[in-house]
Amino acid sequence: MMTSTKAALSHFVRFAPRSGSAPASAPSAAYAAYLRSLKRRALSIQLWQIGLVAALLVVWEVAPRAGWINPMLTSYPSAIARTFTRMLQDGSLTTHTLVTLSETVVGFVGGMLLGTFCAVVLWWSSYVYRVLDPFIVVLNAIPKIALVPIFYIWLGDIASIYAMAIAISVFVTILMLYTGFQAVDEDKIKLVRLFGASRLKVLTKVVLPGSVPTMIAALKVNVGLALVGVVVGEFQAAKAGLGYLITYGSQIFQMNLVMTAIVVLAVISSLLFIGIQALESTVLRRHGGVGGGN
Amino acid sequence: MDHELRKRGTSGLEVACDPFGLMARPSAIMECHMNVQPQLVLEHVSMVFRSEDLNFTALAPIDFEVPAGKFVSLIGPSGCGKSTIFNITAGLQPPTTGRVMIDGEDATGTIGQVGYMLQKDLLLPWRTVLDNVALGMEIRGVPMAEARERALPLLQRYGLGGFEKRYPSALSGGMRQRAALLRTLLIDVDVILLDEPFGALDAQTKSQMQEWLLQLFRDFGRTVIFVTHDVEEAIFLSDDIYVMASRPGRIIDKMSIDLPRPRERSVVSSPRFVAMKQYCLDLLRTAAGQPPQAAAA
Repeated sequence: MMTSTKAALSHFVRFAPRSGSAPASAPSAAYAAYLRSLKRRALSIQLWQIGLVAALLVVWEVAPRAGWINPMLTSYPSAIARTFTRMLQDGSLTTHTLVTLSETVVGFVGGMLLGTFCAVVLWWSSYVYRVLDPFIVVLNAIPKIALVPIFYIWLGDIASIYAMAIAISVFVTILMLYTGFQAVDEDKIKLVRLFGASRLKVLTKVVLPGSVPTMIAALKVNVGLALVGVVVGEFQAAKAGLGYLITYGSQIFQMNLVMTAIVVLAVISSLLFIGIQALESTVLRRHGGVGGGN
Repeated sequence: MDHELRKRGTSGLEVACDPFGLMARPSAIMECHMNVQPQLVLEHVSMVFRSEDLNFTALAPIDFEVPAGKFVSLIGPSGCGKSTIFNITAGLQPPTTGRVMIDGEDATGTIGQVGYMLQKDLLLPWRTVLDNVALGMEIRGVPMAEARERALPLLQRYGLGGFEKRYPSALSGGMRQRAALLRTLLIDVDVILLDEPFGALDAQTKSQMQEWLLQLFRDFGRTVIFVTHDVEEAIFLSDDIYVMASRPGRIIDKMSIDLPRPRERSVVSSPRFVAMKQYCLDLLRTAAGQPPQAAAA
């Protein structure tokens, strides 16, 4: 009661000459209380998150063991953990993970490079853009997963997976980057043109560096998409990889295997995403202080 | 560094025909500059935008010349064609009629012959302040290391010392304009166009920047054409002021400002300055269809 009255009054006395003993820099009691409430709130959100995961794990463990649901269908955490450690020890999990990871990285890096190149070509020649625009829109709209069997027939079991990962990310990249290039401040382009810049200089000095935030946004989207492409490609074709583990495990009705692969996939995609977010915050700090203070 | 700071002797030939510019028409005044090789000449330049059913005259034919090393301002209401003049002079837009002569050579439609500082500072946020200032030189083919070497002492000399390695987001509005202006001045051209560079600054910063600009103008000795809405700013900075009116954009008068240089801020309250300001304001009011203030008072 006392604090709230003080808080209400502080508004009126803020500009009055200070007669009290409180130093000017000390936060007011109301502000300290506000900070405490913020901290409490953040803590309670974290507790909820941990609690939800714990509850899920407990139900998942108890329900199949107690016979409420069929363990053949769902497996349960301790069994998955056993499979996980066994596969980690015999090295097979590492092999499969590395296969999927390298395919994914090649996929989204390849998709980014190819997409950036195509977007540059479209930016360079508005004529080419006008010609190709409808085709790109249609190609982007096609569910790329429908192409998996074709890629398998055309390219074989290994190349088809890379092709899938690239195909699924390249069109989004083209569209995102082309839009990003168009959105670069016209006045900045005018500025370098006034210095006598050629179109190539406009591209390398303004358009590309100015589109770095767009590229990172595209990269974020592509990491997820490439992983989808790789896993689906592995369903069809592969002899190794987490997608292969999932199909193999489901064919022999080994849910432990399937769940293990899915957990690893979740970890991989989170790590890739976190990595790109770290890259983003480093790079964007320069770009007009997005996310940075001043 | 010395070759950067080229001094251009200003000849004493342009004795003002009319100290206040009170009766001067542009054509009459130009007689005074006959003996000086003008650095920039716009000959009968006009701009008409045509669409299907109407022609819009952005700029009626104007003649306009600037002697080397002079500071000339264009002042007028929005839509009087100031930006059009700049775009034509910079070679971004071909004029409908007329041509642009720089040092006696036809430069119509040629980009890169003049320095043009746009209204916004347009610092590239991903480059350090030093690399931003060096940008113009870099694009014009100066190797990056050399461009930085040339820019560095100027940053220190002109109030950006200690910020070389920082990014533009760390600069205040006034400092951003300084960096943008240095970027323009560092390229090797004689004529500099400044489009309302201080329009967005607060009054205090603005007056500091004006004095800073006068220092730069002295040190670099370039020919400057300056667009502003601010009569006091124009008189404080300029040798000549072209007063413009809109619909169609045209020059209605030329004022020669014979206040001695270097100018102190206190000059703005001198009777001469006040009289010129009043005259210019009245011209602008009359052009806008309002009665002159003096008559109203």
